[in-house]
Amino acid sequence: MLYQLSYITSSWFPGGVVAVGEHKSSKAFSTCKRQAKKIFRAQHRKLKAVICYAYRVYFGLNSKPTQIPVHFSIQNILFLLVAVAGFGLFIWQARKIRANILVGRDRDMSGHVNERLWKTVLVAFGQQKMFKRLTPAILHLIVYVGFIVINIEVIEILIDGLFGTHRVLQFLGPLYSALTGTNEILGALVVLAVAAFWWRRNVKGIRRFTGPELRAWPKLDANIILYIEVALMAALFLMNSADLKLHQLEGKDLPGAFPISQFLTGLLPENTTALHALERVGWWAHIVGILCFLNYLPSSKHFHIIMAFPNVYFSRLMPQGQFSNVDSITHEVKAMMDPTYEVPTPPASEGAEAAPTAFGAKDVNDLAWTNLLHAYSCTECGRCTSVCPANLTGKLLSPRKIIMDTRDRMEEKYNSPLIFNPNLYGKEAKHDPQEQLDKENHTLLRGYVTPEELWACTTCNACVEACPVNINPLESIIEMRRFLVLEESAAPNSLNVMFSNIENNGAPWAFSPSDRFNWADDLYVADKSATVA
Amino acid sequence: MAEQTAKRQVSVPMMADLAARGETPEVLFWVGCAGAFDDRYKRVTRAFVRILEHVGVNYAVLGMEETCTGDPAKRAGNEFLFQMQAMQNITTLNGYGIKKVVTACPHCFNTIKNEYPALGGEYEVIHHSTFLQQLINEGRVKAEGGESFKGRRITFHDSCYLGRANNIYEAPRAVLEVLDADLLEMKRCKTNGLCCGAGGAQMWKEPEPGKKDVNIERAEEALATLDGDADVLLNLQGVESTAPVLPAGSNRGGSVIAVACPFCMTMMADGVKNKEREQDVQVFDLAELIASAEGLNA
Repeated sequence: MLYQLSYITSSWFPGGVVAVGEHKSSKAFSTCKRQAKKIFRAQHRKLKAVICYAYRVYFGLNSKPTQIPVHFSIQNILFLLVAVAGFGLFIWQARKIRANILVGRDRDMSGHVNERLWKTVLVAFGQQKMFKRLTPAILHLIVYVGFIVINIEVIEILIDGLFGTHRVLQFLGPLYSALTGTNEILGALVVLAVAAFWWRRNVKGIRRFTGPELRAWPKLDANIILYIEVALMAALFLMNSADLKLHQLEGKDLPGAFPISQFLTGLLPENTTALHALERVGWWAHIVGILCFLNYLPSSKHFHIIMAFPNVYFSRLMPQGQFSNVDSITHEVKAMMDPTYEVPTPPASEGAEAAPTAFGAKDVNDLAWTNLLHAYSCTECGRCTSVCPANLTGKLLSPRKIIMDTRDRMEEKYNSPLIFNPNLYGKEAKHDPQEQLDKENHTLLRGYVTPEELWACTTCNACVEACPVNINPLESIIEMRRFLVLEESAAPNSLNVMFSNIENNGAPWAFSPSDRFNWADDLYVADKSATVA
Repeated sequence: MAEQTAKRQVSVPMMADLAARGETPEVLFWVGCAGAFDDRYKRVTRAFVRILEHVGVNYAVLGMEETCTGDPAKRAGNEFLFQMQAMQNITTLNGYGIKKVVTACPHCFNTIKNEYPALGGEYEVIHHSTFLQQLINEGRVKAEGGESFKGRRITFHDSCYLGRANNIYEAPRAVLEVLDADLLEMKRCKTNGLCCGAGGAQMWKEPEPGKKDVNIERAEEALATLDGDADVLLNLQGVESTAPVLPAGSNRGGSVIAVACPFCMTMMADGVKNKEREQDVQVFDLAELIASAEGLNA
């Protein structure tokens, strides 16, 4: 039995796929088309044989297997081209993003694989931190589960599209009904959830959906995502209801369950040609929409649906209060305190040309690669900013803005995806030529993030705690503070006084070190044992 | 009863003296700059020493050999100064062979516990809230024989460097529970706790321009919690509260905002004062509450 199965598969897969690859590059398109048709037809017979065989083996049925309708046409060639173009374009964009992230400073995030995986399961996959706020968590869960489950149907669409089958997963029988039925219900719930999201964002006036960083492109982007999601669901329902009505008019049974579409058939025309066309429109709109959405992601905050997973996996495991120690400073301090201390030399291969790096961060390439990964995982939800004590009390600091600025600056300086609309915070209106020329200061620090924002941070970790995907704005803030203090001596004056107090008195206040033990003077304690005795 | 209680003068053991006698203490009490210099927090240091003396812990302090851990320098971006301070302190602590450190300052606690190990200073570091919890669990502190807090309202303000920074939320609450008081949680508590506004070296600088100071926002929340004033709580989102300030003393006298950090102490006390409520609401550290409940003040 196994032998038979492996024979069928091996004879089916290699030849066909390779042949398509070869002919695609040939210039004689018509020959290619005929050849491809021939190959695909041959494949279909084999595919049907495999599926029927698998059906009988797995379900142990003796009855005749379901006849999967096959209608191979030019549409399938077209679909192959569209799919290759869609995925190809996405890979091209993803590589640019990857290059941007790798611009960051090296940071070892290896090890602790089990701990990291478990955290990814809880925080990214299980959305643990979302449930701190129940209403948005439930709405988000609907869209998230909808996205995952409905994408199972995308697998069917891909197979149907490539091989001219129709609803190829129908061989699953009752399971197929469960799948299509669940999809329809989730699809309807997604539409409702998206409507609620739109209302919360545009009507209800929730504070975290406002702010200087959430105007222009980011504001539009957030709504575009919602519109695309509704459009995709509409395409799904159009496809299903047209298909359902078509089968009803032809007196045939459509495999699957359609709890929502069965009520929509009344809205459609009675003409079979029109219905067939509508079914195709729905089908194409759904899959082309998905491919467009996929390529929209790198330009959008919606990229979080992919980046949240690596971001959580590579997030910090140490206590939130622990700040990094700068190794190069450690060597300097050790050498100062002990003249015999030898600073370890970096590996010779790199050491020869490695330029001396600045302390802290002036621009995006001074941040660690994980901080740059954060920027691509941010969905601009503003939970960080909404709990920031500085922001709550009207200061300029907004942790979300720092993360969004990092992404804008990265794409301005290095690679940008298809759409790049950096948030200039009203600067475009000023047309200040001097500012345009001032390249020296056009960096992440000063060009985007002002020292006033950085100095307002209380390092309280509320933003870090609030982020549902473990983004850490505090690390970037501290790195930029380090640059201001260590490279530019640009701390606020009162902090410079504090520094010199520590240097001179060993305390941040101007007290004499000799008074440090005065607290112990005239200290008495009630002697309770004496009373008892 | 109280006047009959005998009192004795405490001679705080200095580490240098112990070392000279060839002794090592069970635990080193890291006093911290605020604990040593800030007039208000000196009272917390003294209260904690009274507890240590009362239960007979074998402890010592560094005295004049202690210097700033470097926390404010590090949070302000001055990594160089931080490491200078850290190396100096590590040399002192390692020189005495210190194994365990207790401190009443969450900033010192966080720095020594998390940031010193990479520089060569590895110790068991424990915050005084956890230390007090252990003493209570062991039955060495019963919070009996002193001031009664029964029925009084207490709300605990989480320190960022204890809570979110190091996940210590339960120890301070467990300590407060022995007081048999009416413990109230603020709306923003534990992981959602609102900063007092002093962390990250803000203690030493003026705040950036804004609508309001952070400590006022937090003090309003604490006072509204103690007063049970839901209207004020609903309005708190950085907006200056328009609710009438209750006349001093008209409410539940003797309500307490409990803190476990010297900076939170300063900020909350300033906030209460700003709201003109210092007559009926006091800000106390955990150690002060336990010392007075145990009747150790003399």
